[in-house]
Amino acid sequence: MTRSAFLAFSLLLLAAVPAAAKAAEPFRQDVELKDHVFAPSEIIVPAGQPVELHIKNLDATAEEFDSSALKVEKVIAGKGEGVVHIHPLAPGRYPFMGEYHEKTAHGVVIAR
Amino acid sequence: MLAAWLIVFREVIEAGLIIGVVLAAARGVAGRGRVVSLGVLAGLAGAGLLAAGAGWLGQAFSGNGQEIFEAAVLSCATLMLGWHTVWMARHGRALAAEVRSVSEAVKRGERPLAALGIVVAIAVLREGSEVVLFLYGVALAGGASAWGMVGGGVLGVASGAAVTLVMYLGLVSLPLRHMFRLTGGLITLMAAGMAAQAIAFLQQAGLAELWTSPLWDTSAWLAEDSITGRFLHTLIGYTAAPDGLQLAAYALTLAVIFGLSRLLAYVPPQRAPLASAS
Repeated sequence: MTRSAFLAFSLLLLAAVPAAAKAAEPFRQDVELKDHVFAPSEIIVPAGQPVELHIKNLDATAEEFDSSALKVEKVIAGKGEGVVHIHPLAPGRYPFMGEYHEKTAHGVVIAR
Repeated sequence: MLAAWLIVFREVIEAGLIIGVVLAAARGVAGRGRVVSLGVLAGLAGAGLLAAGAGWLGQAFSGNGQEIFEAAVLSCATLMLGWHTVWMARHGRALAAEVRSVSEAVKRGERPLAALGIVVAIAVLREGSEVVLFLYGVALAGGASAWGMVGGGVLGVASGAAVTLVMYLGLVSLPLRHMFRLTGGLITLMAAGMAAQAIAFLQQAGLAELWTSPLWDTSAWLAEDSITGRFLHTLIGYTAAPDGLQLAAYALTLAVIFGLSRLLAYVPPQRAPLASAS
């Protein structure tokens, strides 16, 4: 009885989260990762607009695109690509990094 | 080598914190070592599979495969932790009173040890896959530094395990009653943190674009990337700049777990002295 009550609550929670219609056109930015370096490493985006980063990993090995400021964490497989959705940002600097090669793979998103 | 050590150490700690709390919460229960060990092994096997399938998963579900998988396993872990907490509320008082005969509960098969084993497996799976991918990349790159990095990785596992052990020993050094209450609280907060994390992954995939503005930002006081920040992130779901939906998931998880615990907890019937024995 406990278990089914729990399941019911969880399903209710999931059902109560609608995927809202996109309010604004997202700003799309392509980013390439080559030799463990992001290009561009300084990404200028308009503030207050959702952002889509399309990351292409040209290296043979995986990299983890990680940013706690942007609240994003995604593994991009070697020779693979991935998209991360970022919420509309207040003006500011939001650093990100490739967790596996932090020394060279890092950058910042600048919202203005 | 230092870089590899740090990277692997961070990942191992994130799984180790969860394992340590779970182990402590299951203290006194026969079979917990076996269940947790099985969980770790299953998690390691899964980590290998996840690492191998990272490319495929990244492309699945219109490119949202990874986020959906993360949200799914995190939600599962939330359910398991919540279930365990509610179970402990229902039976915990009886258990605390008869810790010596706790094996009774195991014999009756009531204790959801499996739930904890699943949580351990999920934690190891998530962090382990990142370690596998990282070390695989290092090995593939080859060269003279590769062995140094593998060595760093091994050190990372060892030191991560050591820190986990220290935390576990610290927990179990507490008097039983306090320890159960503390681990119960930690597990509840951990469950809420995982629910919020699941939501964050769905938002990352663009599947839950609701209430996405951060409500505050405490990075100036405690950066999420700092050691303490990471500890708190894993233990209680600390996020420097949570948005409305993440907070809602956190609060709702807490509310449901607390609510069900209150609702279903009952005081075991008093053991009457054997006056009725005739």
